[in-house]
Amino acid sequence: MSLLELDNLSKTYPGGVRAVSEVSLSIEAGEVLGVVGESGCGKSTLGRTLLRLIEPSGGSIHFAGRDLTKLSRHDMKAVRRDLQVIFQDPFGSLNPRHTVGYIIAEPLVVHHVGDRQARAKRVAELLNIVGLPEDAASRYPHEFSGGQRQRIAIARALALEPKLLVADEAVSALDVSIQSQIINLIAELRQKMNLAILFISHDLSVIRHVSDRIAVMYLGRIVEIGPTETIMTAPKHPYTQALLSAVPRPGVARVDRVVLKGELPDPANPPAGCAFHTRCPKVMDICHTKRPVLAAPGGTLAGDVACHLYP
Amino acid sequence: MPAEALLTIENLRISASGRPVIEGVSLEIRAGEMLGLVGESGCGKSVTALSIMRLLAEPPMRIDGGSIRYDGQDILALDEHALEKLRGDRIAMIFQEPMTSLNPVFTVGDQISEVVLLHRDVSRQVADARAVELLTRVGIPAPAAAMTRYPHQLSGGQRQRVMIAMALACDPSLLVADEPTTALDVTVQAQILDLIDDLRRETGMAVLLITHDLGVVSQYCDRVAVMYGGRVVEQAPADELFAHPRHRYTEALLATIPASNPPGTRLPAISGTVPPPGKRPNGCTFHPRCHANVARCSVDMPDLVGEAHSIRCWNPAS
Ligand SMILES: Nc1ncnc2c1ncn2[C@@H]1O[C@H](COP(=O)(O)OP(=O)(O)OP(=O)(O)O)[C@@H](O)[C@H]1O
Ligand SMILES: Nc1ncnc2c1ncn2[C@@H]1O[C@H](COP(=O)(O)OP(=O)(O)OP(=O)(O)O)[C@@H](O)[C@H]1O
Ligand code: SF4
Ligand code: SF4
Ligand SMILES: [Mg+2]
Ligand SMILES: [Mg+2]
Repeated sequence: MSLLELDNLSKTYPGGVRAVSEVSLSIEAGEVLGVVGESGCGKSTLGRTLLRLIEPSGGSIHFAGRDLTKLSRHDMKAVRRDLQVIFQDPFGSLNPRHTVGYIIAEPLVVHHVGDRQARAKRVAELLNIVGLPEDAASRYPHEFSGGQRQRIAIARALALEPKLLVADEAVSALDVSIQSQIINLIAELRQKMNLAILFISHDLSVIRHVSDRIAVMYLGRIVEIGPTETIMTAPKHPYTQALLSAVPRPGVARVDRVVLKGELPDPANPPAGCAFHTRCPKVMDICHTKRPVLAAPGGTLAGDVACHLYP
Repeated sequence: MPAEALLTIENLRISASGRPVIEGVSLEIRAGEMLGLVGESGCGKSVTALSIMRLLAEPPMRIDGGSIRYDGQDILALDEHALEKLRGDRIAMIFQEPMTSLNPVFTVGDQISEVVLLHRDVSRQVADARAVELLTRVGIPAPAAAMTRYPHQLSGGQRQRVMIAMALACDPSLLVADEPTTALDVTVQAQILDLIDDLRRETGMAVLLITHDLGVVSQYCDRVAVMYGGRVVEQAPADELFAHPRHRYTEALLATIPASNPPGTRLPAISGTVPPPGKRPNGCTFHPRCHANVARCSVDMPDLVGEAHSIRCWNPAS
């Protein structure tokens, strides 16, 4: 049994946007699953729904063998220790009126872990782990740079030694030179703590670097999932192919690229059949009416694709 | 060197509330050329771009020295009337967030026609026809219908296309594009950058493309200028810069991106952070973060030396 198993997880927002539709996937302990796709495809909604920060509209979330959708608020609180999240904007998620020491210790307080002294010791330890000086504990978030604030957010997320971390665009707002520091830090911590990570990013080069497997989303659905190298070197879904070829890379000529026509359709009114058919360079008749599905929802080791080209 | 450049910036110095922000930037762009200006947040890319059109908020910003010459004219000596003629007519600019530069209460058609009428002595009908032509050119589907839409009725990519249409209204000879695709998805980014690239090839317009994305630069630009801490530290043809970076900052920057490294490996990180204006160190601004620094680096700022490939570095990579 995997650490996390999503079965047909869906989220429809009030107003009718089907942000996440029937997503099934699993994450093993210590594994990094990258989730990639264009703005509005439902990455953040997926991350928040599986943490039950927003309530799913359907499907189940099995974490360490328990169905989170069936847990009471009280039981959910206990499970939360093992599930943590970091966001893109570290400033927005750090209370400016609290000291960094308090911000990092807060999860420990909430979960009644240790006494005052033990918590202070743990804070010092965490600051050390994320590469911040110990005296940072008595300072305030605004005194730190973007990269340092992301370190604070990571220290806080790790305070309770979670089993699963959702990292939602955790390095996207950072400058290139700072981005690499944080990517290294996350990789290091994952090794040390056997941490599983759902790594959400729209940046394919970052996703490729950190992930063991990659799930590609389009309009709320997973259209392709598989091992990182398979997805990056032999993508099957026409959308994955287009996404890869749209990333400008040194040494790749413009003429070698597939450039998609048109833009993302309105998620409140996704096209019938294959939702990608309005932009797909390989569209066929059947694509207008019949929705392609993954062969083995949840994912096989070899990879899986939802497209009529691969019946 | 071939014929005189279209735009020549020399030793430009700009301060904000007395703190130096741009500390001696020199750049050249030739007709038909796409020059990439790259660097991390706060290094002064946008301030440099705005100064070309004299659109800086003065005060608190102040141009302390240097020169900007466009097509033989000294831009820093022009009066507001002459500048007004230059902007939009000869030099056009597009920004990262088109929503803030489009007027929400006027239709797309009105806004483009307005630009044409401002700079050309033509009738409303001719201006409208020109607007439809421009919308077609930038790839807006059903351009006649799009004329009657308001900005909020368009997607982000379509709004950026409209901005480009407005920028092109008077056939500018220089387009300054400040992070024109940073807010857009990669598939739409590719469409917009291809469009800008096609247009400059067709019309011979020069483009200053500002971005922090090294991949974008390598794919589209002829030459690249790398900025750090308010100065250009390296300038070279794009192929040359990516194959043989010489300034230690450029070298480190290229080495650190995930695309330069095998998946899963530890990235060669640059320690420390970019110093803000007012806190820039003496000597080479990069020296506290540089693994190759030598004694002189913390004392003297190196000059920009070299012709086609110029650098500011005491101990460059070979
Ligand atoms: N609270 C909400 N109420 C209604 N619709 C929402 C809400 N949050 C998100 N949506 C919509 O749900 C869809 C998915 O949004 P989501 O934020 O999950 O996408 P994303 O993949 O994370 O995008 P991005 O890359 O821009 O962060 C979008 O169409 C979005 O507009
Ligand atoms: N109106 C202003 N008043 C005061 N300081 C300013 C102003 N505009 C810019 N600055 C300062 O000038 C420096 C350079 O800013 P600039 O906007 O040119 O950076 P940039 O390279 O474009 O960065 P980014 O990649 O974040 O857009 C920054 O430190 C900024 O704080
Ligand atoms: S199902 Fe059809 S439209 Fe969808 S990606 Fe495959 S070929 Fe394209
Ligand atoms: S001048 Fe010195 S400190 Fe600056 S980049 Fe070159 S070697 Fe490094
Ligand atoms: Mg998101
Ligand atoms: Mg800028």
